[in-house]
Amino acid sequence: MKETPLSNCERRFLLRAIEEKKRLDGRQTYDYRNIRISFGTDYGCCIVELGKTRVLGQVSCELVSPKLNRATEGILFFNLELSQMAAPAFEPGRQSDLLVKLNRLMERCLRNSKCIDTESLCVVAGEKVWQIRVDLHLLNHDGNIIDAASIAAIVALCHFRRPDVSVQGDEVTLYTPEERDPVPLSIHHMPICVSFAFFQQGTYLLVDPNEREERVMDGLLVIAMNKHREICTIQSSGSEMQ
Amino acid sequence: MEEETHTDAKIRAENGTGSSPRGPGRSLRHFACEQNLLSRPDGSASFLQGDTSVLAGVYGPAEVKVSKEIFNKATLEVILRPKIGLPGVAEKSRERLIRNTCEAVVLGTLHPRTSITVVPQVVSDAGSLLACCLNAACMALVDAGVPMRALFCGVACALDSDGTLVLDPTSKQEKEARAVLTFALDSVERKLLMSSTKGLYSDTELQQYLAAAQAASRHVFRFYRESLQRRYSKS
Repeated sequence: MKETPLSNCERRFLLRAIEEKKRLDGRQTYDYRNIRISFGTDYGCCIVELGKTRVLGQVSCELVSPKLNRATEGILFFNLELSQMAAPAFEPGRQSDLLVKLNRLMERCLRNSKCIDTESLCVVAGEKVWQIRVDLHLLNHDGNIIDAASIAAIVALCHFRRPDVSVQGDEVTLYTPEERDPVPLSIHHMPICVSFAFFQQGTYLLVDPNEREERVMDGLLVIAMNKHREICTIQSSGSEMQ
Repeated sequence: MEEETHTDAKIRAENGTGSSPRGPGRSLRHFACEQNLLSRPDGSASFLQGDTSVLAGVYGPAEVKVSKEIFNKATLEVILRPKIGLPGVAEKSRERLIRNTCEAVVLGTLHPRTSITVVPQVVSDAGSLLACCLNAACMALVDAGVPMRALFCGVACALDSDGTLVLDPTSKQEKEARAVLTFALDSVERKLLMSSTKGLYSDTELQQYLAAAQAASRHVFRFYRESLQRRYSKS
């Protein structure tokens, strides 16, 4: 289905309201929407609601051979999917640009920042390592997918427990959850993305844009930071800022 | 109207015909249903059966691509996404089963050259997944206001090695069962709309299990009716 076009009067109304420092849902410029996190019955399953934007995250693991140039490190794999129920415009063939951009941002934020200790995922060097797979599904699109997705990913990783493994000489024993309690992943820090939407060449700035505000914005700045005030990723897109 | 309605019920199924063995697992698991929880889709519903949970969204009747349009009725599409990994053949086959069931009840001729899209998303899988997808799809279609000639429900049953029937099996019971059968039944006369079976069973056993599923579906339809009554009586 095609995206419903935004009418000119709605666009003008939104921009005028932003110039007067007003937002449609009554928030201030630096206010976040309410965040609600709920967990599922499996380890590593969580649903994050950022206002009305809803993301489902699930973490799973598998024993695989490591990459050739990183024989002692585990593999982290992220996959963000824009489900067809999130917005009528998300059809199987049509979402590639946005999808690639979001996936790449997620990878940079979580994998390149080394928030998960991949050395601890190694079982037998050069032969068997854990591959941790994070699947994120966007269930409802009301703006700011990247923040909700980053929260869902890091929460699911913290909630996840992998099966316990012991190595004795050449033998590797994988214990089922009934035999030995599953083990949590070792997480160094938790990077969370924060999005800023820019209007009128950077004159006006809004945090956590909702879907309407995203449609009329000029540019988007995403900063991923953790509790220790370290910046993990910055990405700026859209038109210039002054 | 942004109200979310949450209804749940503990349902106990009656036993089927007198000659079938009385198994310990004759009751359906705890049900819960929540409607209108997503703001973008025209209709949405989340259905929980025990620990199995499916969230379904419906868009329609809406614009359809010219290549897919049917001149005299609505094009129904079902897009099922697994929670982990990319969709495979099992998802395609489940999509087809759900689509055939929906096409049998949705009055597509009222909306020709449009598309109705049902998107079930597996939130957690603890057995009877196809039945839960069918129930969530039906509740989402009702929430979207799509005209249907009947409601439908899915009932799953598993047959374990000593011949006892277990309704609404958990994933452990499904793995150890000799046969797993899922039926989709309509609400008017509890006729069979779709059946998907796996395993070994005789045809007399099939008739018995179908009768047991029809008895269980009475409870599911009563639950639908109660939850919709509760929802519309609030406003």
